[in-house]
Amino acid sequence: MPIDETLSRFSDWSYNTATLIYVVAMMFFAVEQSFGRVGRLRAERTAVRRRELVGASVGGSAEAAEGTDTPEPPSLTPSAKKSIARAARFGRMGVSLLVLGGLLHLSALVLRGLATSRVPWGNMYEYIMAVCLMAVITWLVVLRKYPSVRHLSVFVLLPVVILLFLGGTALYVTAAPVQPALQSYWLAIHVTAAIVASGMFLVPGVASMLYLVRDAHEANPARFAKLSGHLPGREVLDRISYRTTVLAFPIYTFGVLCGAIWAEAAWGRFWGWDPKETVAFVAWVVYACYLHARATAGWRGKPAAWVNVAGFAVIIFNLFFINLVTAGLHSYAGV
Amino acid sequence: MTSEDGPGYRSTPPRRALALARNTWRGLTSMRTALILLFLLAVAAMPGAMLPQRSLNEPKVQQYISQHGWWGELLDQLGFFTVYSSVWFSAIYLLLMVSLVGCLVPRSVEYLRSMRARPVLTPRNLARLPHHAGGTVTSSADDVLAAARSRLRGWRKTEHDEGDGRRSISAEKGYLRETGNLIFHFAILALIISFALGKMYTYEGQVIVHADGSQFCNSGIYAYDSFQPGLRIDGTELTPFCVKVNHFTPTYTPLGQPLRYTADIEYSSGADLTSGTWRPYQLEVNEPLRTVGDRVYLLGHGFSPVFTVTFPNGETRTQTTQWQPVDPTTLLSSGATKFDPPGISDPEKRRNKQLAVTGLFAPTAAFSGKILTSAGPVLTQPAVAVDIMRGDLGLDSGRGQSIFSIDRSMVAKGALERVERENLRLGQSVTLDDGTKVRFDGVQRWVSLQVSHDPTQVWVLGFAVSMLVGLVLSLLVKRRRVWVRVAPATGGEAGGRTVVEVGGLARTDQAGYGDEFENTAADLLDQDTRSS
Repeated sequence: MPIDETLSRFSDWSYNTATLIYVVAMMFFAVEQSFGRVGRLRAERTAVRRRELVGASVGGSAEAAEGTDTPEPPSLTPSAKKSIARAARFGRMGVSLLVLGGLLHLSALVLRGLATSRVPWGNMYEYIMAVCLMAVITWLVVLRKYPSVRHLSVFVLLPVVILLFLGGTALYVTAAPVQPALQSYWLAIHVTAAIVASGMFLVPGVASMLYLVRDAHEANPARFAKLSGHLPGREVLDRISYRTTVLAFPIYTFGVLCGAIWAEAAWGRFWGWDPKETVAFVAWVVYACYLHARATAGWRGKPAAWVNVAGFAVIIFNLFFINLVTAGLHSYAGV
Repeated sequence: MTSEDGPGYRSTPPRRALALARNTWRGLTSMRTALILLFLLAVAAMPGAMLPQRSLNEPKVQQYISQHGWWGELLDQLGFFTVYSSVWFSAIYLLLMVSLVGCLVPRSVEYLRSMRARPVLTPRNLARLPHHAGGTVTSSADDVLAAARSRLRGWRKTEHDEGDGRRSISAEKGYLRETGNLIFHFAILALIISFALGKMYTYEGQVIVHADGSQFCNSGIYAYDSFQPGLRIDGTELTPFCVKVNHFTPTYTPLGQPLRYTADIEYSSGADLTSGTWRPYQLEVNEPLRTVGDRVYLLGHGFSPVFTVTFPNGETRTQTTQWQPVDPTTLLSSGATKFDPPGISDPEKRRNKQLAVTGLFAPTAAFSGKILTSAGPVLTQPAVAVDIMRGDLGLDSGRGQSIFSIDRSMVAKGALERVERENLRLGQSVTLDDGTKVRFDGVQRWVSLQVSHDPTQVWVLGFAVSMLVGLVLSLLVKRRRVWVRVAPATGGEAGGRTVVEVGGLARTDQAGYGDEFENTAADLLDQDTRSS
């Protein structure tokens, strides 16, 4: 199948523009993250004061509980209100940019697929591009469910931008067909599942890291004092991690399973402890640990968050170290 | 529970042993231990990815050991080059399996009990539950309960009459969560057992076959170039079938990137063997031949240069020996084609006159000066750069030697020496000092096939799929309860006849239950608007 050079060039442009837009979006979120803090803190303080008053005077637990749910307590000073509004405006612009970047990112992927007439994840560059897109999509879904964590986007975008930069520079390869071993419909199924799961795992990885920061701060207020004031409560971060992991884990399992089925057809055995298989297995076990840890007394919270971070570290290790350093059957998927 | 202090308890050795066993069992089957074992499994599997493994690449293991001195030796002693069959790795997963069984048995019993149990009684104060709603409606208590019954279709329900006209329904849903969880864990156990059984009865063999109608039969280990039997395989139980390789066609892009490898084969198995029937099949990289429980794979391919030697007495010998690709992208190959001189019956003399044509083969020759390289994998301008060796090849020495090379120790001993070095294109020849002529006649293709046999892999697949189904159920189904209580209005409420209270509790993860509860509660409290 011939390669369409024009489409491939358009794909590259889309990719670069998307990366650039992500960087700009990141700055906007950073503004919201830092300058929204003043207003947020003030709002929080007012809310606490109000809750105490309500609790003391009325004594109705139901009303007080409802009171905590109202996002903006009415008694705010005008300057605080203004500060919140300004920061929120930056945040909303950031989301718009994020969506725009995501669309360009998607078009880069689609164009690459059209240029090569195959699924556009046949090498590391394309794989990373797709994983990052999946991470952005996952984060947008999380934002819909938990709009209050919008300002955390900067922490999610940071690894995405780093990965996209690495992909676009060190790992970039020109569009080309894939070798016979990869020419199978399993490429579409197995690698898609791996991409979706890995992209989704990025979000709980980041959320768990933030959880640990927040946790360290709560244990000792002197630690991460600057950063922690910007972070939501531990329960929110834990919930984001758990909900995303629980969805990603079965997809990941499905991906590994399809990999085994494909390996049986391509290499003559469904499991052979090839380095990639081994590390995929390790990552699977680590995420299984996370799910168990979250259900075991004494392991909830901080230890579980550590396990989730470890899980994502293994996923990244599997992507870079195994593809680039060790020689295994998956090496051709490299650069 | 501390029976040691109880009257009549005597600490006898059997009792102590029993206590030890019981405590060990409890410790082993606790969630904490399972979690730690799971961690250990992850950590222990890791060296297999970082260090070369015997099962994958023996030469690399040897190289690693020789490069790392005592450290390599130590790792070898500790089984770090055979991680997945090492004692420590096996110990971890066996303990994990025991722990799993210990966890699953009581849970299954509990599960069976809970499947027959009725939903729990309605709590007295529904307002204390995490989810709660209440109000007064104009419809009668019976209507509200009927509506609740139909709204909660598919839930397991039970009704209670609490006196004073108060009645309630308690309902529970999401039993599939535990079902899925148990399926998942049992399927893992079964998968590991099938995997282990598979390792007993599996075999795998590799063989190189010339793509010129040559035949290979799965009749015994001797038919293979290399063979890896399972623990219970001694070579007598191979499934009989034969494969004939007629043709091999690679397709490349103009830049020499491979697009497709196709081998036209014929095979004969089962009843076809006795009737002599051959069936055609197109063997490709992702399309193995599956017949009578065995699979035949196309693993690789390469070239066999054809050399014809005309000896001084006029006799000719033609040899087609496979050479080994050394560069997978350009298929530059190296090898050794070995000849025995004809007409010499004295083994001593014959040994001094043996010939070997060794060197490099390039499918698309590119010379830089006298040095041969290959410009691409396509067979367009084949050429060889050969050293012709004469003397004793050491074939009778009793030592096995590689088909791809000569025994270098014979050269070192001086028993074998180079008599000519030449670059030959197709059809060209070189004449040695004694009048022997060596001609590069042609090129033949060969394919390397792998035959695999694993009787349990279908089971493994089945259990893996059940595992996935169980996992999805156990992670995505939510176990939750809802209670509805109705009571006649006491008169204080404006226009209402029935006081309705709804309470809800998610038994597992809270998130996501709120919406469902709100909808249910709203439906029940909006009786009037709905019925009108």
